[in-house]
Amino acid sequence: MSHIKVKIKEKDLNTIKQICKSFNNEPKELINVLHKTQEHFGYLPAEIQEVVAQELNVPVAKVYGVVTFYSFFTMLPKGKHPVSICTGTACYVRGADNVLQEFKRQLGIEVGETTEDGEFSLSCLRCVGACGLAPVVLVGDKTYGRVAPDGVKAIIDEYKK
Amino acid sequence: MHLLVCGGTGCRASASDSIVESLKQELENKGLSDEVQVIMTGCFGFCEKGPIVKVLPDNTFYVEVKHEDAVEIVDEHVIKGRQVKRLLYQDPEKKQSISDSKHMDFYKKQIRIALRNCGFIDPENVDEYIGRDGYMALGKCINEMTPQDVIKEIKDSGLRGRGGGGFPTGLKWEIASKNNADQKYVVCNADEGDPGAFMDRSILEGDPHAVLEAMAICGYATNASKGLIYIRAEYPLAIKRLKIAIDQAREYGLLGKNIFGSDFEFDVELRYGAGAFVCGEETALIHSMEGLRGEPTIKPPYPAEKGYLGKPTNVNNVETFANIPVIINKGANWFNKIGTEKSKGTKVFALAGKINNVGLIEVPMGTTLREVIFEIGGGIKDGKKFKAVQTGGPSGGCLTEKHLDTPIDFDNLIAAGSMMGSGGMIVMDEDDCMVSVAKFYLDFTVEESCGKCSPCRIGNKRLYELLDQITQGKATMDDLQRLRNMCEVIKDTSLCGLGQTSPNPILSTLDNFWDEYVAHIKDHKCPAGQCKDLMKYVVIEENCVGCTACVRVCPVGAISGEKKQPHYIDPSNCIKCGACIERCKFDAIIVK
Repeated sequence: MSHIKVKIKEKDLNTIKQICKSFNNEPKELINVLHKTQEHFGYLPAEIQEVVAQELNVPVAKVYGVVTFYSFFTMLPKGKHPVSICTGTACYVRGADNVLQEFKRQLGIEVGETTEDGEFSLSCLRCVGACGLAPVVLVGDKTYGRVAPDGVKAIIDEYKK
Repeated sequence: MHLLVCGGTGCRASASDSIVESLKQELENKGLSDEVQVIMTGCFGFCEKGPIVKVLPDNTFYVEVKHEDAVEIVDEHVIKGRQVKRLLYQDPEKKQSISDSKHMDFYKKQIRIALRNCGFIDPENVDEYIGRDGYMALGKCINEMTPQDVIKEIKDSGLRGRGGGGFPTGLKWEIASKNNADQKYVVCNADEGDPGAFMDRSILEGDPHAVLEAMAICGYATNASKGLIYIRAEYPLAIKRLKIAIDQAREYGLLGKNIFGSDFEFDVELRYGAGAFVCGEETALIHSMEGLRGEPTIKPPYPAEKGYLGKPTNVNNVETFANIPVIINKGANWFNKIGTEKSKGTKVFALAGKINNVGLIEVPMGTTLREVIFEIGGGIKDGKKFKAVQTGGPSGGCLTEKHLDTPIDFDNLIAAGSMMGSGGMIVMDEDDCMVSVAKFYLDFTVEESCGKCSPCRIGNKRLYELLDQITQGKATMDDLQRLRNMCEVIKDTSLCGLGQTSPNPILSTLDNFWDEYVAHIKDHKCPAGQCKDLMKYVVIEENCVGCTACVRVCPVGAISGEKKQPHYIDPSNCIKCGACIERCKFDAIIVK
């Protein structure tokens, strides 16, 4: 499980309970509950999963199984500026891999990691549907199209303090 | 007068929402806000030249519009009635500007049924949908047809599932209608996970009511009162527009109880996917909706017998649903005249890759690949040579020159070693290494395999490793036989469609690009020059003037040399990033 230890505050505990309650604590709503919870906290550490399991009355293993099955759920906090490289086929054939390598190099992290200062995290996603602009990079909600490796630095610099 | 601005994902990524703002502002400045309406529509399809702005009623089609163009569009076009010539589409061959999209090669051969409203209406306004015959088909079904009539009409139309399988839709509805239960469900599969495909997303973003109407018709035909749309959480805009559409439909009494004054009731809810390709498989999708891991189960029982919460459930894909209202309105006999003998109607494709006109197109079944790629798609980018076209995503295969004149339909594509899939169509040119492409898809499958059955979980991983060896020049000819054998076993023994089709990208490239595999193995060469492990960067001494530009740009300090002396690239340090080649003005660095 995640190596990050989180102490859940009383207020957060209530938030999770509220979310579960809004779905009538029904086990079949587990994925919806996790979506809402991640929307609120940004990620789903083991401690949060335990609370969800308790509230929906399902084994923690089941919650963990679901969290790790779906790529949308994450157990690690994302950076302040999450960088996502589209690795859909259209972007792949237009050179997304070179762009990805350049981001890895510039940020000094691998896919799925966050920089030490917590500013940037790096992930890959499959097709954002903007294939006309391939290769595509997302930073937060902002989309960058037709990105070339030598344009990577400029994108990162935009977000540096 | 109306100004339609594309609000599809691609154009929004190029800031089309700021164009809407600027146009509205400019119209207000000129006191024209009441006479001219600015509407954000769904995708026009011509993503290559986005953002698109279309002016009605004269049909002027502006491409690559920027927000600063708003002033000119309002001053020139709206006020003075003169087209802004520089924003018109330029035909690359005839070098003429074309003002009306229907004269553009991109649109000429298209017939838009599923995409009929995308780019025409404001998807957030139910009145505009109704203005284009929206909800008329639902009314016709409830008031004039029995559920059996509806099923017969769909059966007669010959419509087949557009999600990939190609199962006859009418038959599916019939099976669901015959299973009795206290509760039945209609599910719309909007879990578009195929990388490089965005058809369903564009329909949901551009015409959400079409899907709601079709689901209600399906509910009426199969006697189901609940509809669920399983949609990817990664599609926020589609989710937002669906929510608006559901609220509006409820408000108008088009969803809910006593629809059109009858005792038919139907309502729709959203369920969110969370990023798992396998959830496109209907049993996996249903498990995911139940809050479980999205693992498929053996069929039978089919969802039509035992689906969501154990109740009979009819699952159709977004594009399939989008065809339904038109079939009801215009009749099965109108629909089944379009297309080929066994594949009726049209198909939406997301055309992408190394092609001039990237975009979303809808063509009659039976259109050839050549027409799609060279006429609609405008040919290969940068004048390169066509090499292959990949259809069907990770489940499909790569087709070549010799397949270009094959009419596209479900059966022809399978016969050619690929499949229709959901409609991704990726064009590749001479610079693409087909072994790497196969490896790319296997990488995807390995990541997306749910792990339930071992042929898929372990087998695909082994396939990937073998391909990796080949791209590194470390494989033997025996490995190719091993590769093929393993492909066959995985196809035959996997539990669901994901594993049963995952070897297709390998099998089709083995069949069509055998020499390329052999070149990697025997000659340790990648003919397309893509496999980094088989490349070596070297300086041609005669051309090198010793300007040191490459030394400065090399990210790993692998290049050395005195000023005005030929340089040297240390192969053990070189990461083959290509930065030096791009920088060198004297063509002194080559890849061997």
